[in-house]
Amino acid sequence: MPRAKARRVLVQVATRKGAWLFHGDAARKTWRVDGPHFLGHVVHHLVLDPRDRRTLLAAAKTGHLGPTVFRSTDLGKSWKEAARPPAFAKAPEGQQGRAVDHTFWLTPGHASEPGSWYAGTSPHGLFRSSDGGATWEPVRGLNDDPQYRAWMGGSQDGTPDGPKLHSILVDPRDAAHLYLGMSSGGVHESRDRGASWAPLVQGLEVVEGLDPSNIVFHDPHCVRLCPTLPDRLYQQNHCGIYRLDRPSTQWVRVGKAMPKKVGDIGFPMVVHPRDPDTVWVFPMDGTTVWPRVSPDGVPAAFVSRNGGASWKKQARGLPQRQAWWTVKRQAMTCDAGDPVGLYFGTTSGELWGSRDEGETWASLAAHLPEIYAVEAGALGR
Amino acid sequence: MKVLIPGPLLSYTRSREVDATGATLGLLLSSLDAQYPGLKFRVVDEQDQLRHHVRFFVNGEQVFELHHALQPTDSVQLVQALSGG
Repeated sequence: MPRAKARRVLVQVATRKGAWLFHGDAARKTWRVDGPHFLGHVVHHLVLDPRDRRTLLAAAKTGHLGPTVFRSTDLGKSWKEAARPPAFAKAPEGQQGRAVDHTFWLTPGHASEPGSWYAGTSPHGLFRSSDGGATWEPVRGLNDDPQYRAWMGGSQDGTPDGPKLHSILVDPRDAAHLYLGMSSGGVHESRDRGASWAPLVQGLEVVEGLDPSNIVFHDPHCVRLCPTLPDRLYQQNHCGIYRLDRPSTQWVRVGKAMPKKVGDIGFPMVVHPRDPDTVWVFPMDGTTVWPRVSPDGVPAAFVSRNGGASWKKQARGLPQRQAWWTVKRQAMTCDAGDPVGLYFGTTSGELWGSRDEGETWASLAAHLPEIYAVEAGALGR
Repeated sequence: MKVLIPGPLLSYTRSREVDATGATLGLLLSSLDAQYPGLKFRVVDEQDQLRHHVRFFVNGEQVFELHHALQPTDSVQLVQALSGG
C-alpha cells in the first residue's frame, strides 16, 4: 500500500450552537482552534471541499429562522450566504407543498466537476449546486417521483429530529453514479446523475415484526463507500452493520461478529481511506426504549481489519465508566494520514482524536455544544 | 414605512429599524429581501408560509397572511416568537 503524504489537517466540527475549526499540524500533535462560527446557529454539517482545500460549506438554521447554507472560500475567514438555499418547488395552488426544515447533509461532487455539491434535507429532499453552493436546484428525479414520495413517508417515519436524507455518495469512477440513504426510507442508487433511482435494500433487516419488503421500514443510519474499492459499501443500519460488494445487491450483516453484549447498533460508519477491509463503528445502546447512549455507559470504538469478519474494541484513553454520551451518524470520521487519524464528537460536546488508527484516544476539546458532525480534510498542496 | 427588525436578523440589516415599501406584507418582505438578500427565506418558507417562530405585527396587531394589505403610514414589527422560554 502506498504511504500517504503527511499533510496539515482541518477538523470541521458542527454543533447545535455553532461551528468550530480545529487546525492540526501534519503530525496531528498540536491543534489551533478557530471558532465559534455562526454562534447560536444549529449547524448540521460543515464540509471542506477536497477539490480545492479552501472552500467550506455550512448547513445552518436557528431556532427562529429558516434554513440556509453559508459558503467560505478562504477557510472560514469570511462567509457568504447562498443566494438560493435548498428549497422545494412551490406547490400548485391548492396543493400541500413541502418546505425544507433544515439541510442535514452536504457532499462535494465528483472530482471532475469543480463547484458541484449535493445536499440532503429534512424532510427528505435531494438538491444539487453547480456553482459552489451559491444556488441549489431540487433533484426532481427523486424529490418529485410519486413512488419515492410514498417511500419518504411522513414526519412519523423519520428520526426524533425529523426525517433525514443522508449519506450522499458519488462514485469516484463515474460522476453519474450516486447512492443515498433515507432515515427512514432505505438505501437507493442512481446511475444517471439522479434522474432515476432504484432501491438497494436486499439483505437488510428491519425492526422485528415489520415487513422488509416495504421500503418505508428500512433505516440506514450511515452508508460509506470505500475510496480505493468503490464497489464496496459499508453501512451502519438501525438493525445492524452490513457490507455490500457490487455488482451483488445483497447486503451481508457483518455486525453479527460483534460481541453479543455490545451488539451492532449505532450511528456512524467510517471506512479506511486506502484499505477497504478496515472499518470503524461506534456502538450505542439500541435496546428497550433506545437510550442512544454508550452501552452500559462505557464508550468504545470497534475496528474490523478483515471486512467485518471480526471486530476489536478500541477504548484506550476513553472513559471507563459512567459516560452516557454517544456519537451521531455524521460525527465520526478519519483523515488520510498514515497511520490514519480518527476523530469523533459526542452528544456531550467533546471532541476526541486518535493518531494511531483508534489504538489510543485523546480529548481534543471539551465543553462544546452537542456535536452533530465531524469531518476531517487535508490542507495544503 | 418603518420596519422593526428582530435580533436574529440584525446580521442582515445591521439596524433595528429600516425603511421598506410594499402594498402587502409579502411585497414588503420582498422589498426587504432586495435590500438585504436572503432575509425573506429566513422568515417565509418556499410555500409562502410564515415560519413558525417568527411573528409579524402591523400597528401592534398580529397578522398571519402575506397578502395582508399595508398602508405607507403603517408600522411593521418582525418579532422572534418567545418559543422555548
